[in-house]
Amino acid sequence: MELNVLWFILVAVLFTGFFFLEGFDYGVGILLPFLGKNDLERRMIINSIGPVWDGNEVWMITAGGALFAAFPHVYATLFSGFYMALFLILMALILRGVAMEFRSKDTGPGWRRSWDWTLFAGSLIPALLWGVAVTNLIQGVPIDAGKHYTGGFFDLLSPYTLSGGLTFLFVFIFHGALFLTLKVEGELIERARSAALKAGVLAAIFCLSMVGLTYTNTRLFDSALGGSALLGAVVTFVLSYLLTWKQKFGWGFAFSGFTILLTTAAFFAGLFPNLMVSSLNPAWNLTVYNASSTPYTLKIMTMAALTLVPVVLIYQGWTYWIFRKRVSAKQLEY
Amino acid sequence: MGEVLLARWQFGITSVYHFLFVPLTLGLSVLVAVMETLYVRTGNEKYKEMTKFWGHLFLINFAMGVVTGIVQEFHFGMNWSEYSRFMGDIFGAPLALEALTAFFLESTFLGLWVFGWDKLPGKLHAACIWIVAFASNLSAFWILVANSFMQSPVGYTLHNGRAEMTSFLALITNKYVMFQFPHTVLSGLVTAGIFIMAVSAYYLLRHSQAELFRSSFRIGVSCALIAVLLSTLSGHLQTQFIIKAQPMKIAAAEALWNTADPAPFAVAAVIDEKHQQNTAELEIPGLLSLLAHDSLHGKVMGIKDLESEYTAKYGPGNYVPPVTPVFWSFRLMVLAGMWMVVLCALSAYLLARKKLEQHRWILKAALYSLPVPYIANSCGWFMAEAGRQPWIVFGLQKVSQAASPNVSALNIWTSLTGFTLIYGILAVVAVYLMKKHVQTVAAGPGPVPAKPAKEATLWS
Repeated sequence: MELNVLWFILVAVLFTGFFFLEGFDYGVGILLPFLGKNDLERRMIINSIGPVWDGNEVWMITAGGALFAAFPHVYATLFSGFYMALFLILMALILRGVAMEFRSKDTGPGWRRSWDWTLFAGSLIPALLWGVAVTNLIQGVPIDAGKHYTGGFFDLLSPYTLSGGLTFLFVFIFHGALFLTLKVEGELIERARSAALKAGVLAAIFCLSMVGLTYTNTRLFDSALGGSALLGAVVTFVLSYLLTWKQKFGWGFAFSGFTILLTTAAFFAGLFPNLMVSSLNPAWNLTVYNASSTPYTLKIMTMAALTLVPVVLIYQGWTYWIFRKRVSAKQLEY
Repeated sequence: MGEVLLARWQFGITSVYHFLFVPLTLGLSVLVAVMETLYVRTGNEKYKEMTKFWGHLFLINFAMGVVTGIVQEFHFGMNWSEYSRFMGDIFGAPLALEALTAFFLESTFLGLWVFGWDKLPGKLHAACIWIVAFASNLSAFWILVANSFMQSPVGYTLHNGRAEMTSFLALITNKYVMFQFPHTVLSGLVTAGIFIMAVSAYYLLRHSQAELFRSSFRIGVSCALIAVLLSTLSGHLQTQFIIKAQPMKIAAAEALWNTADPAPFAVAAVIDEKHQQNTAELEIPGLLSLLAHDSLHGKVMGIKDLESEYTAKYGPGNYVPPVTPVFWSFRLMVLAGMWMVVLCALSAYLLARKKLEQHRWILKAALYSLPVPYIANSCGWFMAEAGRQPWIVFGLQKVSQAASPNVSALNIWTSLTGFTLIYGILAVVAVYLMKKHVQTVAAGPGPVPAKPAKEATLWS
C-alpha cells in the first residue's frame, strides 16, 4: 500500500479513536450538572472518567500531530482556516482540563458548581464544533489555488454543518450516558438510561437530517464504502437505542461505539483521496498526494506509528481493565 | 499592530506561560517518584505523606502544563501556517512522536497513579510515577529536537520550495539538542529542588511538621545543588557551542558590536542599538575570550561583522536580533543561576551541620527564592528565541515569511486576548490552590488534612 494512503487510514483511525473515547468523556461532562443530584453523585460521575479522560484527549493531540507530520498542508490550511472554531475548542479544552483537576481541590458549593458548569461548557463546545468541522471537510470550504482558506468563521455554519454538529453532540451525549450506565451505581444508572433515551431521540432527528443533507450536499454516497458505512451507522444506532431500552447496557454501549466508528469511517471514506474539499475548484482540493510529507518522512513515521500505536492500545486497554469496576460511593477516596 | 507582530506576541505569551509550569513538572515528577520509592523501600509512612503532599502540588501544576500545552500543539497551524507548510515535513515528525511516545504514557500512567493507590500493588504504583517522570522528560526531548532544528537546521534539503527531511538520525542527534536537552532537564530539577526548599522552609519557619519538611528540604537541596552546578556547566558548554553555531546570538547576548581578540565580558552596558554601540560599559577584559575558548586569547565575532557576513550570504536585510533584551535576559539568567548556587551550597552546608533551622535567614532566603528558577527559565528561553531573530528557522525562513496570510489581525487579537485573559485567571486560581494546600497542611494536625466527609476529597 502506498504510504500516503496508509497515512490517510492512520489519521482516520486516530480521529475514530478520539471520537469514540472522547465522545463518552464529552457526553459525561455535558450530563454532569443534570444527572448528579448532589456532590457525591457528581463526584461519582466525574470519577467514571477521572483516570482515563486525559489519555483519551491525547488521541486528539496525536491526530493533530499526525496531520502535521504526514499532511502538513492540511494541518496548515485546516487550523489557520477554521481559526475561530479551533480557538473556541482550545479555550473549552483548557477550561475543561483544569475543571477536572481543580474541582475537588476546594470544598465550597459555589466553587464546585462553577467547575461543574465549566466542565459542561468545556465538553459541549468541542463536541458540537468537531461535528461542524467534519461536515465542513466533506461539504467543501473555499480553498484557493494557494491552499489557503478564504472564508470566515460564519462560512462554516450552514444547516448541513449545524445538523452535523448537533448530531455529534447528541450522539456523544447518548454514548456518554451509556458509558455511565456501566460505570455508576444505584439510582444514577436509571437516570443515565433515561438521559440516554432522551438524547437518543434528539440524536436520531439530527442524524436523519444530517444523513439526508449529506446525500444532497456532498459526494459521500459516491463512495460505496462511505455510503454503506453511514447507513450502517444508522442501523447500529437504532440497535443501540433498542438495547438501551431493554437495559442491555453493555451491548448498547458497544453499538453506540460502532455508530461513532462507522460515522467517522463513512466521512473519511467519502473524503478519500481528499482530506479537504475546495468548494471553489475541485483541482484545489487537498489530497493525500498534494498535501503530504515526503516518502522519507512518511516511512519514518510509519515505522514509529505501527510500532507504537499497538503498545498504546495495550496499556490504555490495561487502564480500563484496572478501573473496570463501577465507581462506588463507598470508595471515593481517589 | 500588524498580524505578524500580534502572532509573535501570542506565541511569546502562550509559550512563556506554558514553560512556567513545564520545568516543575519535569523535575518534580522525578522527585515525587524518588519519595514514593523511598516509601516502598522503607515502608516508612513519612515518605507516603511526603509523596502525597508534593503529589498534590504536582497535580495542580501538571494540569496547568497540560492545558497550556494543547494550545502549543495547534498554534503553528493557526498563526504560522506558512511555517507549517515550509517545515512540516521535518517539524511535524517530532511533534507527532512526542504525542505517540510521551503524552500517551504520561496521561495514562498519571491517571493510574492518581486513582490507583488502592488498586495497584506498591511497587507497580511507584512504577507508574516513574513512567510519568520518564515520559515528561521524553516529551521535552522531542520538543527540543523540533526547536533545535529551528536554531540549527540539520539533515534536510531544500526541495519543492520547502525543507525536506533527509536524515531522521541527524535530526535527533543534532548537536544543538545534545546541549539543549541536558540543560533543560537540569533546569527542571533545579526548579523542583528550589520549589521544595522554598515550601519546606515555609513550614520549618513555622515549626510545623518539622520532621516531614526537614526530610523534604534535604531531598530538595540535594537535588537542587547537584542540578544547579551541572546546569551551570551545561549552560557554559552550550554557550561555547552556540558561539560556533549561532555566533550572532552570543554577540547580541554580549552586546559585542565589534569583533574583538581578546574579547572583554560586559557585566553591564548602556546599549544604543540605533547607532550600534554601547554608550557605557562595565567590562572585565579577556573574560569573554576565556569563556568562549578556554583561553585568554581568542577571537569573538561582533555584531557588525556578522551582519555584513549575513548580508553577503542571505541578501540585504536586518539580521541583528533585539540586542538590549537579549543582553539583559542572559545576564538575569546567569545572575539567577549564581544566586541559586550560593543558596543551595549554604543551605546544604548548614543542613549537613544540623544548623539549618537555627538560621532563620537562610530559611527565609530559601522561601523568597521561589521565583528565582522561574526567572532563570523564562530568561533562558527568551534569549534562545529572541536571539534567533529575524529567523524562525535559522538561515532558512524568516519570521516575517512564516505567518498565516489568511488570518486577520482581528482574529489574532481575539485569540490573544482570550488566551491571555484565561491564562491570567488560571494563574490566580492555581496559585490560590497551591497556597491553600500549603496553609491548610501547616495549620492542620497532619500533613494530609482530616477529611471532612468522604465525598469532599478526591485526591486527599
